[in-house]
Amino acid sequence: MTDRRDALAALRNRLARMGQGDSPRASRIFSLGLPMVDGPLGGGLARAALHEVFARTPPDGTAAIGFGLILAILAAQERPVVWIRQDFADVEGGRLHAPGLVELGRDPSSLVLVRARDAAGVLRAALEAVRCPAVGAVGLEPWGEPGVLDLTATRRLSLAAAASGVAAFLVRAAARPEPSSAATRWSVAAAPSRALLANAPGQPAFAISLLRHRAGLPARDWHVEWDRDRCSFQDGAALPRAVVPVSADRPDQVASAPAAPGWRRAG
Amino acid sequence: MRRPPPDGAAPAEPLVLIDKVKGALRLAAVDRAALALGLTSGLTLSDARARAPAMVVMDADPAADAAFLTRIADACCRYTPLAAIDAPDGLTLDLTGCAHLYGGEEALRADLAQRLSRIGLSARMTLAGSPDAARALARFGKTAAVPPGGEAQAVGPLPIRALAVSPDIVLALSRAGLKTIADLADRPRPPLAARFGADLLACLDRTLGRVDMRITPHRPAPECIVERRFAEPVGRMEDFEGALDLLMGKAARLLEQRGEGGRVFEASFFRTDGIVRRVSIETGRPVRDPKIVMRLYREKLEALADPLDPGFGFDLIRLAVLTAEPLGVAQTSLDGRQATDDEIAGLIERLAARFGRDRVLRFTACDTHDPDREAGLTPAVEAAAKRAAWRKPEPDDPPARPLHLFEPPQPIETLAEVPDGPPLRFRWRRVMHEIARAEGPERIATEWWRRDAATRDYYRLEDASGHRFWVFRDGLYGRETERPRWFLHGLFA
Repeated sequence: MTDRRDALAALRNRLARMGQGDSPRASRIFSLGLPMVDGPLGGGLARAALHEVFARTPPDGTAAIGFGLILAILAAQERPVVWIRQDFADVEGGRLHAPGLVELGRDPSSLVLVRARDAAGVLRAALEAVRCPAVGAVGLEPWGEPGVLDLTATRRLSLAAAASGVAAFLVRAAARPEPSSAATRWSVAAAPSRALLANAPGQPAFAISLLRHRAGLPARDWHVEWDRDRCSFQDGAALPRAVVPVSADRPDQVASAPAAPGWRRAG
Repeated sequence: MRRPPPDGAAPAEPLVLIDKVKGALRLAAVDRAALALGLTSGLTLSDARARAPAMVVMDADPAADAAFLTRIADACCRYTPLAAIDAPDGLTLDLTGCAHLYGGEEALRADLAQRLSRIGLSARMTLAGSPDAARALARFGKTAAVPPGGEAQAVGPLPIRALAVSPDIVLALSRAGLKTIADLADRPRPPLAARFGADLLACLDRTLGRVDMRITPHRPAPECIVERRFAEPVGRMEDFEGALDLLMGKAARLLEQRGEGGRVFEASFFRTDGIVRRVSIETGRPVRDPKIVMRLYREKLEALADPLDPGFGFDLIRLAVLTAEPLGVAQTSLDGRQATDDEIAGLIERLAARFGRDRVLRFTACDTHDPDREAGLTPAVEAAAKRAAWRKPEPDDPPARPLHLFEPPQPIETLAEVPDGPPLRFRWRRVMHEIARAEGPERIATEWWRRDAATRDYYRLEDASGHRFWVFRDGLYGRETERPRWFLHGLFA
């Protein structure tokens, strides 16, 4: 009886895999959508691994959490994201605001928020979540530099991620890098955005640096911008898109050009 | 009610509890030794002192009494799930269909009396066919058990006071010369109803056993109960888990027969000394798979802030399904989507069992523009209710709402143009931010039915180093306030 059930389960698994074909779930890496970054990384970041995101300075905490969330969005696709925060992070950096998640391109209803009292709780919840293969991505935000978050703890997380294929993102808003077993380590700072009309702040921009990579890639810096509509990163240093072409041979239209720059709705 | 332990100092000395009534210290309760000296409750303390100079006096503590009574009621749940508290000093147990488990009513009564005497209590117990008759007989009579249908005869000789009606009515009835319940039962009913109201007759009927009235248990009656009794108390964690596992197997069969699954499970551990410890778990969907429930219980027992203290051991472990919902036999789908949803639900349940249900949350949209109330958090184990849709951002627009929100908003020192310009620079957490880019104002006013807060003008700001902020001015300049204050409400990624 048990044999038959096992055989059935194996068949079902095979069918599920065949049905998905080359869907993103089957792929082992996820792309950031920007060839400039994906190229050196070898096509993207590993899905079944632990990635660390550090804030360059404490005020960059929100940028680091934003970048970590975006990576989780990219890795999870449609599957649910589990985000684990330590209570103190709410006090220090503000609580996670769901409409802000919508603005980053994620439906907050499919995100499960776990609030843990201490770093040990964060790690415990993260392990539990990473071991569940149905989860798309797991983010964990311990505060400060807790003693429990050592090489052993990150190794445990990495092994669990490798076994289940769930991407784990360890976001550290107020900590300095320490030895860990993460596949990649990023340092993130907020970067000036490209101004929109009337000098309004533009799309979220990040100055990211790859500090460490398992494959031994050299450290690199990029300036990227998050594009919610295309669900990918853009080159933050490229020319702004809102340039009105000036035609030399039609003088009557030049005068009307500045008047028609498609006003944005603000608020 | 609460007495010092029997091995305390000089048990022979009478003990009285006192309470302040209308400015005078009066005895609220007396023990048996004091009663023998003629002290009764209601006597003033000075009179009592004159009669018995060597008595021990303590303050009455009604709150502690009530808590103690609740504890006894909890312990009595071992006999029946229907136990009601009859304040201030009584309990009513509904033994219908329970007595045979203890070998009959007399055996159950003896067991209860023995347990109560073990914790130093003496109790007067009466078995009767209706709760009111039992209550009246226990407090004012000497009958131990009333034969079926014999309530009217047993209650008849009791004084009018035994009826659970207001003291005014009791006084009026006794002035009218009606001393016992039997006197009252023989009177014609319409004049009584006209003089004292229908309540008196209803109470009389209940006490005489003419009308059967169920009690209101102090804990809601569960959907299904399975329990295991131990001849020898158990004290090891493995034993509890093994017992729970067995019980869950039994409960699963019961639930399966009814086509139901449990949403809330409660395990009760009855200690030999009358203390009951309850541990409950909640699931996001109806379950009856013992493996799932046991996994949640293991998580929960491991994460208990104050671990299960067996004391001298538990002699009864009970598993109750408090809430059950229909659960059909599921057809597994081939594409695995159903399995994925189940896995996520299982994960949420395990996390909720370990960290508490209010720590595993989901965002729900609320239909308002107020940033503080725009997003609600509900426990993820609860079924998703019908909710409002999230506001869709305009294509190609930068985020209009921050990723992090401060609650409450943080005050900042600002240099801004009057009346409604954006800040040029502001100081937050002792750091000065020079503003490079700004957009606004976006005016967000509270709804007209909550006109308690001022209108807020929100600005999106970016400082020279690229940090993006969401700040607001509290109140319209000149119209609502002369010196508007500024707050930082959120941070953008």
